[in-house]
Amino acid sequence: MDKKLEKIVQALQENFGTSYEEFRDEAHVFVKAENIVEALTLLRDKFEFELLSALTATDYYPQETPRFHVVYQLTSLARNLSVQLRVAVNSDQPKVPSAAFVYDTANWREREVFDMFGIVFDGHPDPRRILTPEGMEDHPLRKDFPLGYEEPQFTFNYDDVDLKKIYAKE
Amino acid sequence: MGVEQKLGDMGIVTTKLEELVNWSRTNAMWPMLFGLACCAIEMMAAQASHYDMSRFGMELMRASPRQSDLMIVAGRVSRKMAPVVRRLYDQMPEPKWAIAMGDCASCGGVFNNYAILQGVDEVIPVDVYVAGCPPRPEALIHGIVTLYEKVKGDKFKDLAVVK
Repeated sequence: MDKKLEKIVQALQENFGTSYEEFRDEAHVFVKAENIVEALTLLRDKFEFELLSALTATDYYPQETPRFHVVYQLTSLARNLSVQLRVAVNSDQPKVPSAAFVYDTANWREREVFDMFGIVFDGHPDPRRILTPEGMEDHPLRKDFPLGYEEPQFTFNYDDVDLKKIYAKE
Repeated sequence: MGVEQKLGDMGIVTTKLEELVNWSRTNAMWPMLFGLACCAIEMMAAQASHYDMSRFGMELMRASPRQSDLMIVAGRVSRKMAPVVRRLYDQMPEPKWAIAMGDCASCGGVFNNYAILQGVDEVIPVDVYVAGCPPRPEALIHGIVTLYEKVKGDKFKDLAVVK
């Protein structure tokens, strides 16, 4: 790991009691959900991480509990560094405090994470869906979401599918 | 010059009204811009000088549904886009036609999932399906000529609008 990055990871450990994993010279710092806003503010103000380059989530459904990781990828253009923060969350209505007031970019990205994974961001200024149509209730990128497979039409089952399919008239 | 010489400068042509109307419809059928994905690039190529759809009366693509007769749905239709497609189709004046261009618009293509409509015929009635992923401009023009054949066979009694 980069020596400049070590200091930052240490500072996070002292302030918030975080753990970290190292992967290909990069640090993945695990932060508790209640500390995430403070941790992001610290990195932005003290360590010049002025860019939130990605905010996303991953679902490790059958293998791991807690199943979701919310991932914050931060970049410092001034110091040429990048660090990743992760918040592990579980349960049917996972909740994470919103980072939209720390980084403006987080606004739409949190909406996308809510849309795709159903992770609720507490205190978000505009907590609507962003990609899927209005009225949709599922969260498609969850691992337990059905793929929505429809039966393909071939010559042997042409009539069956044709009868079931709803065609628009006029 | 031209047709007058052949006809002997009579200034008169006799035909059936039905054929005249269908002829005029097929020779000035303006399509609406409806590129949704990569098929739109082939549609642009078909419109541009190399293939030149204006040879078939498609002088220009209209950006407004009120001025167009034909909707070429070029690309996959997502479930979020479906109500928009339907609304634009409803805004087109009668008579109107629709071509589903490419596999995705015809039957969903490779996208068999929650986000993509399995064929645009679920929301609007389609006259001609053009296969291909994406279809070449020749294929699209063939689809258009096929549509012209269909329109030329239209009868007034079948077109009567029943409200």
